[in-house]
Amino acid sequence: MVRALISVPKTAKKGEVIEIKTLISHVMETGYRPDATGKVAPRDILRRFTCRYNDEEVFSADLWQAVAANPFISFTTVATASGTLSFTWTGDNGFSQTETAAITVT
Amino acid sequence: MSRLVAILLLLCLPAVAAERRSGFDFMSPATQEMQREDALNPAMLWVAEGEAQWNETPANGKSCAGCHGDATASMRGVAARYPAYDERSGKAIDLQGRINACRATHQHQPAAFDAESRPLLGLAAYLGLQSRGLPVRAPDDPRLAPALRKGEALFHTAMGQLNFSCTQCHDANWGKRLAGSPIPQAHPTGYPIYRLEWQDMGSLQRRLRNCMTGVRAEPFPYGADELVELELYLNSRAAGMAMETPAVRP
Repeated sequence: MVRALISVPKTAKKGEVIEIKTLISHVMETGYRPDATGKVAPRDILRRFTCRYNDEEVFSADLWQAVAANPFISFTTVATASGTLSFTWTGDNGFSQTETAAITVT
Repeated sequence: MSRLVAILLLLCLPAVAAERRSGFDFMSPATQEMQREDALNPAMLWVAEGEAQWNETPANGKSCAGCHGDATASMRGVAARYPAYDERSGKAIDLQGRINACRATHQHQPAAFDAESRPLLGLAAYLGLQSRGLPVRAPDDPRLAPALRKGEALFHTAMGQLNFSCTQCHDANWGKRLAGSPIPQAHPTGYPIYRLEWQDMGSLQRRLRNCMTGVRAEPFPYGADELVELELYLNSRAAGMAMETPAVRP
């Protein structure tokens, strides 16, 4: 079961810079490491992270093998309107996980 | 004059030995920040899983919440007094052991959670969180005395090809470095922990087995009485220190 933790301020003033923190559980297996049996474990990493603010993409990142397991991604954006922030991680083996958070902008 | 200095030094010694420090104090500011702030702490992913487990009803069984209710109230301070005495087996039992025992007897689940499995560590971390900030309680059950003595003896027993005992590093040489990392005093206040080296969550038993492999001893298997006895002794040394679960360690 995949768990993700999102930290977004519940309310913000219009034009305010808000900080968003995300954490997701993922092994980020590099594809270079031998497993317990001595065989190289196949790669299993997250490839891309995107944040959409009321369906408009405001942040995205490509991820690579050098990223640690359970990646933490933090960034800022400008509070423009009340609505929903959605966060999507996609990766190897058809991995896709989306989380949402609501924000009220006054 | 030099005799006076020697006496003064001797007077100071017990004070130094009594100074107990959590592994937290030996970490870099960045790692400390990671533990302090829940939004940064990867162990909170396991806590989230544990909370879901707590409320989930297994087929033909009761949920944890079905008996214990709201964990934030009913489980407050519970993790701080484990390992405890188990009436059923007549032995010391640690928190993970208790979860599995509860699972077998009250939830009627045939299979125990595997050692170090996500649901087991998740539940242990979720329960540990309910004791965060509370003092570790010394085992006060007289029936635990034999196990406590065995744990203490193990702590002082040299083992492995390198022939080291726990006390040689963690009592005599704490604060110095081993392979570039500071040697802490071995107070298990934050378990289960998220260890950056593992990039994973792990129990105190995993950590103990790690140390045994480090001195090239054959580690006790998961769930062995010896490991629980060591846990018991370590907790008695840490009694009164604040619980940090779920902690982060380098």
